[in-house]
Amino acid sequence: MSAVEVADLTLALGGRTVLAGVSFAVQDQEFVGVLGPNGAGKTTLMRAILGLMRPARGSIRVLGAPTEYGNAAVGYMPQFRTAAGMQLRGWDFVASAVAGHRWGLPLLGRAERQEVERVLALVGATDLARRPLRETSGGERQRLLLAQALLGRPRLLLLDEPLMSLDPHHQHGVVELVRSLQQRLGIAVLFSAHELNPLLGALDRVLYLGGGHAALGTVDEVITGPVLSRLYGAPIDVVRLAGRIFVMSGAHEMEREHHRHA
Amino acid sequence: MLDYDFMRNAFVASGIVAVLAGLVGYFLVLRGQTFAGHALSHVGFTGATGAVLIGASPLWGMVLMTVAGGIGMGLIGERLHNRDVAIGIVLSMALGLGLLFLHFFTAYATQATALLFGNVLGVNVGTIWTLFGLGLASIAALGAIARPLLFATLQPELAEARGVRLRLISVLFLALVALATAECTQIVGVLLVFTLMVCPAATAQHITPRLGAGLAVSVVLALAQAWIGLVLAFYTDWPTSFWITALSGATYVAAALPRRIRSLQAIDAEAA
Repeated sequence: MSAVEVADLTLALGGRTVLAGVSFAVQDQEFVGVLGPNGAGKTTLMRAILGLMRPARGSIRVLGAPTEYGNAAVGYMPQFRTAAGMQLRGWDFVASAVAGHRWGLPLLGRAERQEVERVLALVGATDLARRPLRETSGGERQRLLLAQALLGRPRLLLLDEPLMSLDPHHQHGVVELVRSLQQRLGIAVLFSAHELNPLLGALDRVLYLGGGHAALGTVDEVITGPVLSRLYGAPIDVVRLAGRIFVMSGAHEMEREHHRHA
Repeated sequence: MLDYDFMRNAFVASGIVAVLAGLVGYFLVLRGQTFAGHALSHVGFTGATGAVLIGASPLWGMVLMTVAGGIGMGLIGERLHNRDVAIGIVLSMALGLGLLFLHFFTAYATQATALLFGNVLGVNVGTIWTLFGLGLASIAALGAIARPLLFATLQPELAEARGVRLRLISVLFLALVALATAECTQIVGVLLVFTLMVCPAATAQHITPRLGAGLAVSVVLALAQAWIGLVLAFYTDWPTSFWITALSGATYVAAALPRRIRSLQAIDAEAA
């Protein structure tokens, strides 16, 4: 069974076509890096998989069934915005997502408290969850968000830019953690990122989005001049150097450029 | 002190309002919507003076206007962000309109002062029952939406993905804020609603990072400030609202200062 099966999918956002007639299938227990320039539709695709937006055309099947709004089998980690609740403990932040859609008081039962402890232990955040969020680092916050996404034992995890604004050392830590969790729990992961290099070695396949198209395959199949030239709609050179891969358009390094503008 | 009817009424009324303000205010501060509370009280002033003008109860006029305003703000929702100027203009227009209504009603300034700065010593038994009924209904409603409200506040995108209707929660919550605001104006007046709605909650969030404890501290602080304010007003004959604002301001500074000093020391240590 496929974790995500997309057939002839067209997604439009505010009148703009983000993806046009895209088809691909992410396998069960597969770690897929989702890459592509800003506006290529990484977040939009995740929202569509969550059932938060309707495809203009085509279909999405998640874990063998049509997308379903509020599907508990899909874990989701949105991009972190420093916003409300920075005064609160990490514990309360994570716990707010336990059956948070139900009406009533936010009081947790025994089983629910154990579930919070379980996901905190999984990401090694048991101790740091006692601190207020504003006293945690970017890397620690990502671990709490990851714990939150693991609530309810999802079989598919959608991670939206977990490496955003982390330094290389912390980026490495997050990727390693996600990879080991993905293998230990036997779940499928879609991990979106601006840059490919931090994910090299961890991912099974790459889903590259661009110009309304998508290409899914191994790094060697997808990260090539011809494939990326089609996605970017411009001539692209792929340069490999000391185990790292650079996507170049003339003298510009594409992924770097996007990172800086993000 | 408690031999006087008006003092007993004042203690009961401010007690009811403080509990409601402490609870609703905690979520208001958590959501970063404190300006909304301030804005709603000004809209309420128009409602109260308008009601007086047509011979209706100012409390109900205020409740009607603030709840309508709260629901309106909730429906406009996201588009309200970074619209400080627009909100400010609506605020001043509301206050101006209220002044006009007041002008038609009477030449005396007492009514205006009571609305703007509160008149807790003038609360009668009928008003207490109204405050009690509205307060109880508001707390029950807050209890019903607290769980999705917290989720939507801390993780809106995830909450939406899990089936929480963000717009509905936002509208319901602002309607509750409106009710709490209308109740607060009975104690401290339109201009000083911040002192009961925001100060105790913000202080509580400095004191503890725990959700449950924070709510409790917020309520206790609001109650203590309201009641101690009344006692001080009784013995000094200074206005109650002054004492409540002084107490809540001082408590906030006392709670926030240690952290500020620590962070300054940390900067010094790094520089050294």
